[in-house]
Amino acid sequence: MSETHAATVSYVRDTMLPPAEAPVTERGAIKWLRENLFSGWLNTLLTLIALYIIFVAVRAVMPWLMNSVWNAASLGECRQIVAAAGEGATGACWAVIRDRWHQYMFGFYPRELYWRPVLAFGLLFVALAPVLYYGNRRAELTLTATAGAFVIAVLFALGTPFGIVAAVTVLMAALLALAWAAPKRLVWVTVFYAPVCYLLLWGGSVWAPVTAIAGFALLAAVFVALQPRVGVPVALGAGLVAAVLWWAYPDATVARALSSILPIGLTAVPSTQFGGFLLAITIGVTAISFSLPLGILLALGRQSNMLIVKALSVGFIEFIRGVPLITLLFTASLLLQYFLPPGTNFDIILRVIILVTFFAAAYLAEVIRGGLAALPRGQYEAADSLGLDYWQAQRLVILPQALKISIPGIVSTFIGLFKDTTLVSFVGLMDPLRGVTQIVRADINWKGIYWEPYIFVGAIFFLMCYGMSRYSMYLERKLRTDHR
Amino acid sequence: MSDAVIDRKIDRSHMQVSNEVAIQIEKMNKWYGQFHVLRDIDLTVYRGERIVICGPSGSGKSTLIRCINALEEHQKGRIVVDGTVLSSDLKNIDKIRSEVGMVFQHFNLFPHLTILENCTLAPIWVRKIPRKEAEETAMHFLRKVKIPEQAHKYPGQLSGGQQQRVAIARSLCMRPRIMLFDEPTSALDPEMIKEVLDTMIELAEEGMTMLVVTHEMGFAQAVANRVIFMDQGQIVEQNEPKEFFSNPKSERTKLFLSQILGH
Repeated sequence: MSETHAATVSYVRDTMLPPAEAPVTERGAIKWLRENLFSGWLNTLLTLIALYIIFVAVRAVMPWLMNSVWNAASLGECRQIVAAAGEGATGACWAVIRDRWHQYMFGFYPRELYWRPVLAFGLLFVALAPVLYYGNRRAELTLTATAGAFVIAVLFALGTPFGIVAAVTVLMAALLALAWAAPKRLVWVTVFYAPVCYLLLWGGSVWAPVTAIAGFALLAAVFVALQPRVGVPVALGAGLVAAVLWWAYPDATVARALSSILPIGLTAVPSTQFGGFLLAITIGVTAISFSLPLGILLALGRQSNMLIVKALSVGFIEFIRGVPLITLLFTASLLLQYFLPPGTNFDIILRVIILVTFFAAAYLAEVIRGGLAALPRGQYEAADSLGLDYWQAQRLVILPQALKISIPGIVSTFIGLFKDTTLVSFVGLMDPLRGVTQIVRADINWKGIYWEPYIFVGAIFFLMCYGMSRYSMYLERKLRTDHR
Repeated sequence: MSDAVIDRKIDRSHMQVSNEVAIQIEKMNKWYGQFHVLRDIDLTVYRGERIVICGPSGSGKSTLIRCINALEEHQKGRIVVDGTVLSSDLKNIDKIRSEVGMVFQHFNLFPHLTILENCTLAPIWVRKIPRKEAEETAMHFLRKVKIPEQAHKYPGQLSGGQQQRVAIARSLCMRPRIMLFDEPTSALDPEMIKEVLDTMIELAEEGMTMLVVTHEMGFAQAVANRVIFMDQGQIVEQNEPKEFFSNPKSERTKLFLSQILGH
């Protein structure tokens, strides 16, 4: 490289230097290790200590996992098998899960009817597809197909009668075809999911959910008829009153009359037989889907200029947030019965769902209020100055932005709600963590089993909550338009 | 302050002031708590007028034009916009707002919507215009403010001057009869000020009725037919621009003009 004309002041480069390879300390794994684990004496020390702790933990847990026993009829048998592995050996006894997994999943739900909750679970994802992946046709299709394949595979594994598997296969294929041909129509699955799911889980006459939907139809009809004359809030209130009156009085009579004329339906399953993840997911999903709209309304109500609306919202939020969830659950199981007209039999799961929904809605309202407060005043002014009315401005301009800001908080609340469903064991329901485990341990064969059920249930909870968390991150990325 | 040069010839053929009243303000008063912001404002704006409102900060000029489309509530007096009396009746307020366009200092575009969606939102939901037609109108006005190629971007991807031109187009999509500008160039760099002023001049050339709160005295001299000077919540002086700048009557106006033109 001595072609530079060193003798003269003016300088012209004749040859360009080829790029040289970076020194070994700036490359690949070594660079990463240096930067992240050994960047100084303190970090090196901490790395070594952490490695030692990991080593100790693995040394303690590994043999336990390696000696896992899957085939045994009782804890005693498990222990014999583990003892055979050597002096002082420890081992996990997963045989309990193998023996009792169905209780962890379904509680005391009748075995021959397992296909119903499984189908309801699969349909849940078909119903969620257009909500979770709005405008993303490929993701909607993938989710629908996966849900269908999952349901059919599980039904086969459960040894469901061929007729039912065939019918479910046809249904799932039809839904997939719908998702393929007319993705926008998939929303109807979402709309009618709630009554279908109710029918699948609880069974009974077809007419009960049908007349219940009639109540919503009544609400919509009253709202549409009155809204142009009296405005959104009053029309909504009148519609709600009409619907509640319908549900309280003629609903049951009409349903009974219809089912005596045309008795079709599924075998009824009482709420007392629900348990395990079936119960947790039923309560969790219902409460999540109803608490979000309620939370939004409460957040808007708290910001309202109307004194009564504001006072009611603030009172509701502060009261519900100020009371432990368990108090509310006891209210659901004991007190609510006193306030209702005598003779009404208000299902315990429904009562719990209502109060869990209220609980989550109060927290969501505050999370969403944070999002609303983060929006600059100019957004409200711009919406106003264009002539949008209050509800249009909220729906089109304010809420899309406020909710986007609140996504992490909203999902946190959802995850918390879902995990809190295990608290229903305090009112005698069979939650997967404590309720079912207690029943399993009451069996003489599994008396004394400790870690395995909790690890199993915890792992399933983790998978679901982690899924929600990942989804929220996807959603945040998708909705990012600010390009900061 | 008038550092942005108006270097174009202005076509005055359509700038005609009719004797039809566009806005009538009578004895309007407003308080923020105990603070008397606007005192006995009387102002009549005729159709086709281009009025520039100036004055020191805190003089109530922004508040005045924000009262015209009810972004601020006035406590006493009467405001009539396009024949509609501004009262607390929400129907009247919405009617006036859909007839009066407003451009803000900080643009206030909706960041979660594309430029095109920003422009079509109000026509679709307030005017109930079919989406397709609304999009055609929006593209027409985006071409007018010279950024049709940005239609599918988000506001965050545009420069300040571009955003303000989109904000103007968004207002125009509602086909307003009156446009209010609340310091439209105060948040912009000098070179962007010019592109926004050019857009406003074009609007004036088409005969739009405009009320502009601004410190751009070059714009006032070139385009306005009336300049209003406000101080302490009152209209202190108003005149046609030539007289206003060359021969201000009140001491307060003289002081203000010497401060903003003197450097």
